[in-house]
Amino acid sequence: MAEHTNLRVEGLDAWYGEAQVLRDVSIDVEPGEVVTLVGRNGAGKTTLLRSIMGLHRQTKGEMSFGGTALGRTSPDKRAKLGIGWVPDDRGIYATLSVLENLTLPPVVDKDASWSLDQIFEHFPVLHTRRDFPGTKLSGGEQQMLAMARPLRMGSSLLLLDEPSEGLAPVIVQQIGEIIREIKSRGVSVLLVEQNVKFASTVADRHYLLAQGRVVESLGNEEFQSRTTELLEYLGM
Amino acid sequence: MGSFIQYTLQGLAAGGFYALAALGLAVIFGVMGVVNFSHGAMYMLGAVASAVLLKELGVGFWGAIVLVPILLFLFGVLIERTLVRWLLALDPLYNFLLTFGLTLIIVDLVKKKYGVSGLPYELPAGLDGRLAIGGVSLSKYQLFAAVFSVLMCLLVWLLLTKTRIGMIVRAATEDSERSRALGINVGMWVTPVFGFGIALAGLAGVLASPFRAITADMGTNFIIILFAVVVIGGLGSILGAVMAGFLVGLVEAYGQAYAPAFAQVLIFVLMAAVILIRPSGLFGREEVS
Ligand SMILES: Nc1ncnc2c1ncn2[C@@H]1O[C@H](COP(=O)(O)OP(=O)(O)OP(=O)(O)O)[C@@H](O)[C@H]1O
Ligand SMILES: [Mg+2]
Repeated sequence: MAEHTNLRVEGLDAWYGEAQVLRDVSIDVEPGEVVTLVGRNGAGKTTLLRSIMGLHRQTKGEMSFGGTALGRTSPDKRAKLGIGWVPDDRGIYATLSVLENLTLPPVVDKDASWSLDQIFEHFPVLHTRRDFPGTKLSGGEQQMLAMARPLRMGSSLLLLDEPSEGLAPVIVQQIGEIIREIKSRGVSVLLVEQNVKFASTVADRHYLLAQGRVVESLGNEEFQSRTTELLEYLGM
Repeated sequence: MGSFIQYTLQGLAAGGFYALAALGLAVIFGVMGVVNFSHGAMYMLGAVASAVLLKELGVGFWGAIVLVPILLFLFGVLIERTLVRWLLALDPLYNFLLTFGLTLIIVDLVKKKYGVSGLPYELPAGLDGRLAIGGVSLSKYQLFAAVFSVLMCLLVWLLLTKTRIGMIVRAATEDSERSRALGINVGMWVTPVFGFGIALAGLAGVLASPFRAITADMGTNFIIILFAVVVIGGLGSILGAVMAGFLVGLVEAYGQAYAPAFAQVLIFVLMAAVILIRPSGLFGREEVS
């Protein structure tokens, strides 16, 4: 498994009706790597994550995960292959308790799956709030829950859509620590971020996306040294 | 006071049919995104089936209350597998039209076979007559229907809240796309959920048969009120469907008693008021964006 590239996207185009929003996008994520997608509003970041998850289906191009071609595979099968989805709205069920939110998705890999004890150790607030309805949580707590969910499933790739958005700096810092913890366990992360400073503290590599195209791909050191120039170029 | 209690009971009994049927409608809509227009026809089939079972096979009310929901479950599964399923990927309007067409066909077939006049039905022994409680004379059957439907709603509630299947159905009801992205094969649950929803409509029909006229058209008015129930409770809200079902039953009963000319209108006035004050219904979630 480690031999394979974890995620590979090749020449992906995506549309909403007639409007093309992704053009010839190629990216890959290796096992244990944290890779970000940086781009301004409307660049197509969410659409790319939804296409990888199989939720957005008006696409053309090749995708594979752990060496398996994804083709027209349904979202639930992709989740079972190990792709973990953390949507931009956090996707917490209002009608389910915190504990139910955690245990609803199936465990897809027994060895990689975090036990509830491990989850509660890393996210103590979820333990305190375990019987609360999902939406009674604060934004930061909801984000913790949204990230804990695929860890419990044992996903080997997390698709994180703007996890730091709208959260206080101290929470963002906690999220950064969790991402480093995830990485240390060999799980890879594809991270969509507008908070570039935050992105550069956790990521190994970056793809810059503009108007649906990958315009640059670079390592974290280069990214840090050229940040101002790059952001100006992206118009962020 | 005595008559007020009688009307309340009558309202709770009628509300029980609405609650059970609306529960079925809500679960089907939630998990599949299908607005099942044929729900009224299924309710009618439930009532007609119990009348036919009694007349042709001598199976009484107690047999019907067990058998008819099973038959309608199977009928629902058949319809889902042969028709509804193929339209799920398309605009929801297609299944709305399909179930609308299905309603016309079912109603006409029943008319052709059993005519337009009401089929006879007898109250089961033990449930006919009245019961005097504290000087108030109550219909035994209405008492039974009210208690039974409350219990059935509770049972479904327990099934939905205390079991893993229930958790999956609730999750899919809230957001079926998200559930798929979290590894749940929502498609696998679609057929049994549809059958279950239809079975609940059939059960409401069985309960209605001893005190409503059993005709091919009895579902027509029912489905309209049912849509009002669902709008009042909040589209896609399971708790809302049950609460609004009983609420509408009560409003209807009080209306018939105190303002007979406005009984039906009252329900829709209630609906309009709810939409004005809370557009997403009493228990519906407000749209986030
Ligand atoms: N459901 C939709 N229907 C039509 N067009 C859409 C839809 N969703 C997104 N788009 C368009 O597709 C483009 C890419 O949107 P997307 O949400 O992927 O961008 P994003 O990079 O995630 O932006 P943001 O930073 O605002 O989240 C935008 O131009 C957007 O207007
Ligand atoms: Mg986005």
